[in-house]
Amino acid sequence: MRGLVAIGSVAALLLLAPRAEAAPQKHVVVIDKMKFGPVPGRIQAGDTIVWINRDMFRHTATATNGAFNIDLPAGAKGETIVRQAGAISVICKYHPGMRGVLKVVK
Amino acid sequence: MGENTTEEELIDKLALIAAGSLLFAAAPGLAADGPTDPQIAHIAYTAGNIDIEAAKLALAKSKNPVVRDFAQTMLRDHQAVNEKALALVKKLGVTPEANATSEALEKQAAETRQRLSALSGAAFDRSYAANEAGYHKTVNGALKSALIPSADNAELKALLETGLSLFGEHQKHAEHLAADLK
Repeated sequence: MRGLVAIGSVAALLLLAPRAEAAPQKHVVVIDKMKFGPVPGRIQAGDTIVWINRDMFRHTATATNGAFNIDLPAGAKGETIVRQAGAISVICKYHPGMRGVLKVVK
Repeated sequence: MGENTTEEELIDKLALIAAGSLLFAAAPGLAADGPTDPQIAHIAYTAGNIDIEAAKLALAKSKNPVVRDFAQTMLRDHQAVNEKALALVKKLGVTPEANATSEALEKQAAETRQRLSALSGAAFDRSYAANEAGYHKTVNGALKSALIPSADNAELKALLETGLSLFGEHQKHAEHLAADLK
């Protein structure tokens, strides 16, 4: 009986395994000294970007394609889920010199 | 006053020359080895306050949404820096000290304000944007060449450097705005 339960558990894990590989990830982008910091890792559609504003100024993380517009008061944190693959240009709408690109794969 | 120079161009030139020379040459109150921390604090706070007042004037006068957005950003950012500056001098027990440079900045700003107040519509917008570009350029120059190198306290120096990163972005932003309004 115990053996059957064990086999059943292994089978369940195997079935779950492919899904676990594609589990959405979180990527942190730090804004500091009027700049978007580097984006670590590989971003897949469905992943979450966590924006952390370390500046004393209010910023935004605004996708130029309209996909998201995150308000980031001084010291604030915000999240956005990237839904589609492709390159997304990001600006701060208050400081147009601040630019970044998220490269999202399927 | 040449006939070929528009009033606006001339005033902008004068404003730049005056602001630049006042900061770097006509500052008799400053020691030869550069301003002290209490003087630097006063200059930096005054410079920020001038831009806050200019932004308030723009918000009172301009109807152009792009100019108004820019002015809102100036207001918000410079208020944030000045709040930090006030908190820092309080923490350090430093009393900002008025000096020839900050007085000259005030005098120059009063003249600019008077000039801008007399304008309206697109003429105001163009002049405000051009003045913002020139003003930030001048203050950036002062931060780089005089204020940051002279600052003794590490926290004051760090705040000035943060200010420079902000002012650099503001300068570019103002230059783009001025170019778009021409």
